[in-house]
Amino acid sequence: MTKTTVTVGLGSCGIAAGAGKTYEKIKAMLDKEKMDFDLRKTSCIGMCYREPLVEIKDETGTYLYGDVSEDRAIEVIEKHINQKDPIRDYIVYTDLFDAPENNFITSQVKIVLRNCGYIDPESISDYESREGYKAMSKIASEKIAPEVVIQTVLDSGIRGRGGGGFPTGMKWKFANASKSAEKYIICNADEGDPGAFMDRSVLEGDPHSVLEGMIIAAYAIQANQGVIYCRAEYPLAIKRLNIALQQAREKSFLGKNICGIEGFNFDIYIKEGAGAFVCGEETALIASVEGERGMPRKRPPFPAVSGLYKKPTNINNVETFANIPWIIINGAAAYAAYGTEKSKGTKVFALAGKVRHSGLVEVPMGMTIREVIFRLGGGIKLDKKFKAVQLGGPSGGCIPEYLADTIVDYDSVNATGAIMGSGGMVVMDETTCMVDVAKFFLDFTRKESCGKCTFCRMGTMRMLEILERITNGLGVEGDIEKLEELAYQIKDNSLCGLGQTAPNPVLTTIKYFRDEYEAHIFHKKCPAKVCRPLLTYTVDPEKCTGCLVCLKNCPAKAITGERKKPHFIDQALCTKCGVCYTKCKFASIVLS
Amino acid sequence: MRISRIYQKDEVVDLGPVDLSLIEPLITKYKGKKGNMIPLLQGTQDIYGYLPRTAFEKIAADAGLNLSDMFGVATFYAQFRLKPVGKHIIKVCHGTACHVQNAKEITEALEEALKVKDGETTEDRFYTLESVACLGCCSLAPVMMIADTAYGKLTGNEATKIVKNIRIMESN
Repeated sequence: MTKTTVTVGLGSCGIAAGAGKTYEKIKAMLDKEKMDFDLRKTSCIGMCYREPLVEIKDETGTYLYGDVSEDRAIEVIEKHINQKDPIRDYIVYTDLFDAPENNFITSQVKIVLRNCGYIDPESISDYESREGYKAMSKIASEKIAPEVVIQTVLDSGIRGRGGGGFPTGMKWKFANASKSAEKYIICNADEGDPGAFMDRSVLEGDPHSVLEGMIIAAYAIQANQGVIYCRAEYPLAIKRLNIALQQAREKSFLGKNICGIEGFNFDIYIKEGAGAFVCGEETALIASVEGERGMPRKRPPFPAVSGLYKKPTNINNVETFANIPWIIINGAAAYAAYGTEKSKGTKVFALAGKVRHSGLVEVPMGMTIREVIFRLGGGIKLDKKFKAVQLGGPSGGCIPEYLADTIVDYDSVNATGAIMGSGGMVVMDETTCMVDVAKFFLDFTRKESCGKCTFCRMGTMRMLEILERITNGLGVEGDIEKLEELAYQIKDNSLCGLGQTAPNPVLTTIKYFRDEYEAHIFHKKCPAKVCRPLLTYTVDPEKCTGCLVCLKNCPAKAITGERKKPHFIDQALCTKCGVCYTKCKFASIVLS
Repeated sequence: MRISRIYQKDEVVDLGPVDLSLIEPLITKYKGKKGNMIPLLQGTQDIYGYLPRTAFEKIAADAGLNLSDMFGVATFYAQFRLKPVGKHIIKVCHGTACHVQNAKEITEALEEALKVKDGETTEDRFYTLESVACLGCCSLAPVMMIADTAYGKLTGNEATKIVKNIRIMESN
């Protein structure tokens, strides 16, 4: 009989939802009552909307409990372990019967996330028990030449998962061809897109898979030094990476003559980023690792020829590296079996926004956006109307509802004007104003522009000013055209990806939601009721109880009325701050 | 979503002299190493909570770096602060997911409750209110983080309550 195991998901979002307390509670019960089960930790299971998650595995099967607060933990352990009576109502996934979230798990294909949520990320033996470091051992024992490794990666068709979509095998080939005694491998873990957290989850949940990917890449291009450039905002990821690095060194997966391969010396260190979005761009990242301001430079020379400290350097994203060991073990053909003609394999998406099931999903390329949002994502919160989905963060764009049957692969997404990006998928409903979203992203890129290229530095500023005018009700005819003109100039005249893609959110929203821009400019209305200066606040006399709360809180003293009689808002005095709307307990303030 | 990092003379707060001996081990560790500027500044900020001018000068002199290069780097990255901050930093997430779920309301409620603007420190130097781009807990939007603890699914009122409770708990 196998021993029962209880596993608590302790990723960043789990901890934020209170999983740490749940773990402590179960541990206290285990210590106090001498119960017979193993308590284990794992990282993100992907089902963020049900955190904290506790998995119980016993001789009958696997049960995943959702929303396990401290109190619920006691109940679950008591009933399930002591009385052998699983609580069906709390089970969100199981392989035994139809549970509410079975669909969420079974619709996914897990390659990158193959170990996330299954292993203890702080244990190398857990990783090894799931084919960990087997790819590297295979290369060593079968004496596979670097060129053959590169060919396998080329054949698998994997493209850079950081957003660019450049074939990974080609990158390796170039770096391999550069002759130098010193070469570098850099892992780009500077996940700066607001609304994306895939890389964080992989680093927290399965750090060894990234390390193994880097080691294989180092072998393929004969690099001797590796750097992981990780955001300082991810303290847990950095901590677990450090543990993993130490373990890998102890087992000689890092160091001298790795896996017995004569002359293959490689080690990795972590470089903490200091918070600059532009450092996701590879030449800016290199400048930052060198300790400079993270400003991009002209290419060529490409990093494969002259990168970090002017040595040949290969940079890949976290997710790309995590794919590599799987490809080596299972072969290029197995990987290429997933996906579409030009985009192979799977892609991890961070689903967030107005979607019911926010979390991490990995799907084969070629699934439609609608399937991702409705089958995996469970549809829109509060049954509101699905309006658009934002893909690719500040460099991407908004895809409207009527194009939701677009399949996810690099080329199809690019055709809509958005980009695949690193995989943030933010869902928007009818209460999201598209002009406001465009303004939000432009505000972000304006602040994050490094300032090197005038068009990016000044152009984004001018575009933001126009958008601010529009959302403040001061838009004039010709503003849309002016935005478009500026957008194309910025795209054409910027050196790096940040500037070249910064106008995308504005261009796509103009393309698909021009009517919203026009409503703001010509009718001075915000259809989604978001842009406050365009709203009118009035009191619904039917609902108003005359409680005086809005009157007392109004900073402009625009509200008049007596106790128990409907109040009145003087439109001439109203500053549209919205305080009355948030303070009213009876929903009697009407927006129009 | 960066806070203003431009040095403003009229806002200088005198917290007494800075103990510069604290950064000596750091300088010894990184002196002469390639790409040492960012780790040096990060380490200094870990010690003082911000980058005091005197520390800049000491690092420049002892580690042989250019003051102008250091200032250039410190003002480039969002992480570095040139002004002292409060005991706790309230980071209100303004990532995409939080933005579409009304993160603005959280910042506004806190601005009102703490009587400070975004990026400022309260008079008693207990809180600094800050907006950040993404904390990566998008499923819990809107989110704020105080001292490595994230609080999710907030409303303006809840955020205000949490902030008040922390102050009460620590004053006891």
